[in-house]
Amino acid sequence: MGDELFQAMAQSVIDGEVEEAQRLAREALEQGIDPLEAINKGFVVGVNYVGDQYAAGEMFLPDLVLAGEAMKAAVGVLEPELARRGTEREMLGTVVIGTIEGDIHDIGKTLVATMLSTAGFKVYDLGVDVPVPTFVEKAREVGADIVGVSALLTTTMVKQRDVVEALDDAGLRPRVKVIVGGAPVTQGWADEIGADGYSEDAIGAVALAKRLVGAE
Amino acid sequence: MVRRIKSISDPRISLNILSPEDVQRIHTATLDIIESVGVRFPSHKALDIWEAHGATVDRDTMIVKAPGHLIEEALKKAPPVYTLAARDPEQDLPLDGNHVYVGTDGCGVQVIDLETGELRRSRLQDVAEIARVADYVEEIAFHWTPVSAQDCPPHTRSLHEIRVIWENSTKHVQTESIYSEEEARAAVEMAAVIAGGKEELRKRPVLSIMQCTTPPLGQDGGSLEAALVAAEAGLPVGFMTMTSCASTAPATLAGNLVVGNAEVISALALIQLAHPGAPVFYAAAQTAMDLRTGGYTGGGPEDFLFGGATNVLADFYNVPLSMGSFATGAKEPNWQAGVDNSLSTLMACISMSDMLLGVGLLHGSRIWSYEQMLMDCEIFDIVYHMMKGIVVNDETLALDVIRAVGPGGNFLAQKHTKKHMRELWVPQFMDRRPYSEWEKKRDGPRDWAREKARKILATHEPEPLDPKVSAELKRIIASLEK
Repeated sequence: MGDELFQAMAQSVIDGEVEEAQRLAREALEQGIDPLEAINKGFVVGVNYVGDQYAAGEMFLPDLVLAGEAMKAAVGVLEPELARRGTEREMLGTVVIGTIEGDIHDIGKTLVATMLSTAGFKVYDLGVDVPVPTFVEKAREVGADIVGVSALLTTTMVKQRDVVEALDDAGLRPRVKVIVGGAPVTQGWADEIGADGYSEDAIGAVALAKRLVGAE
Repeated sequence: MVRRIKSISDPRISLNILSPEDVQRIHTATLDIIESVGVRFPSHKALDIWEAHGATVDRDTMIVKAPGHLIEEALKKAPPVYTLAARDPEQDLPLDGNHVYVGTDGCGVQVIDLETGELRRSRLQDVAEIARVADYVEEIAFHWTPVSAQDCPPHTRSLHEIRVIWENSTKHVQTESIYSEEEARAAVEMAAVIAGGKEELRKRPVLSIMQCTTPPLGQDGGSLEAALVAAEAGLPVGFMTMTSCASTAPATLAGNLVVGNAEVISALALIQLAHPGAPVFYAAAQTAMDLRTGGYTGGGPEDFLFGGATNVLADFYNVPLSMGSFATGAKEPNWQAGVDNSLSTLMACISMSDMLLGVGLLHGSRIWSYEQMLMDCEIFDIVYHMMKGIVVNDETLALDVIRAVGPGGNFLAQKHTKKHMRELWVPQFMDRRPYSEWEKKRDGPRDWAREKARKILATHEPEPLDPKVSAELKRIIASLEK
């Protein structure tokens, strides 16, 4: 019975069915199944499958995003029970991410946040038009391993350097790694401002983040 | 494993290139030329047929002058719709005016070797291997003889070529390299073995024959006699003009169309006079002479316009069209090849040319490249998607989805997106990777196309031809080699 339920959980993620994933999570709780087991034997299996299919060229970005949404929704249902039992999901690391002050471009940053979250990072998305001090405060508050700074304009990109320097000044680096992204950003720029990494797309950002936390 | 075939149908974009008045003027001018100037038919068999039907025949010059009504009445007997049969009936190609099919180009004389990258003379093994790759690729619907089997005896070469294509593919075979009565008789016999008898062959022509005209205003005697033999057996027969502005036709495009049209419709009329109701097709690859070298260009705006215009003429005569597209003049797969082959294919597809020839050759149909072959297929795939047009209805307007997302959100996580995203085109060979990945590898479309061709050759196993059938084909060819 448990196996069938786990399979259905994985399938709900593969199909990107948010409501179905939530329903299955509730069913697991009613049956007294360990929520951690539901995540690891059920939903995560679906996420991994979608990731493999994407890598093989058989599935696409919206599949990844929808799988991530379903996963997130299911975990949301299971979280109170996780807390009650005093157990926690083992995460790859904690990421604070946002689009820099003066820039309201959202989609690339959101995509990276979703992909990181799906991959097993704890992600705090600060949104857009985020002042430099906010990145620093949030990183300190949540004990971030990585700060991601997005910028789509050449005029706002320059403030990615300010985030690196502010984290330096706050004494958070080099423990906290800074990753930068956005259309005008290049590896050369990332090197120049002393950032720890750059990726052109969301898939590359996941690989980068994993590398920075020593997860692969 | 029998592969599906990708063809264009139910087009949602169209082209306005020749008005009905334009077509009528071209037609009238063509009939005038055939009647007053004449077309050269250097075959006594062909001249006998013309004479028997009341055309004016000059036995010395071999020029036929036929009245317009004779041409028009003969053309009316041509069937507007018929099917190119395949070894596997699943891969039959109905020429019904609502499909565009792609074939391999022909007939090249050199091959860029898939392993060494060296340019070398073509041989029979190349014909077999190209057929095997073409059998796999779903964009390719039928075969032309792609390269010449120069390691076979000249007088049976064309027969070895079609034999190995059949041995390596279940798709329809059209040959452009048979131009004698003797070869045609043997080819008909071979096709009958494949189809299971002469009557079956008439119902299911697994072979069709394409002949070239000899511009300006001429035919080739051997080609005519080969075509008459094929038509008698019920094999679809087409005549292709390759009139070239400023050398074998007037410099003006309309004048070029008149000369080429006169060649093609006079040849088709001859076939109908000899074998009324025989399936025939119009074929064309008109071009403009290169003004500097005098060479055949294989690309350029004139070619693209001819590609769009010729199906209007073929439709006027109510016969299918085989149109020359692709066939770039470029020396290697490059910018020129991309421009030439994209535009020529787009134009020929928009006007719904029934057959497109063809993928894989460079340097004006002389050099075979597997890379170009597969990249040409990707060009066709782009056009295939364009021809679906823009569908406007409640589902595609997607108002509910737009409402759900609202300002500033994104559509990635919408079920509507998941439902429809696979309608969006996904390239095989276009480089859309992040810059850093390209920078690391410095590879690209040509490398990926080459890898794919190698993989297909290493892994694809076409439905085998019955060894008894294969032996029978070899016996027929051997009987001509004694």
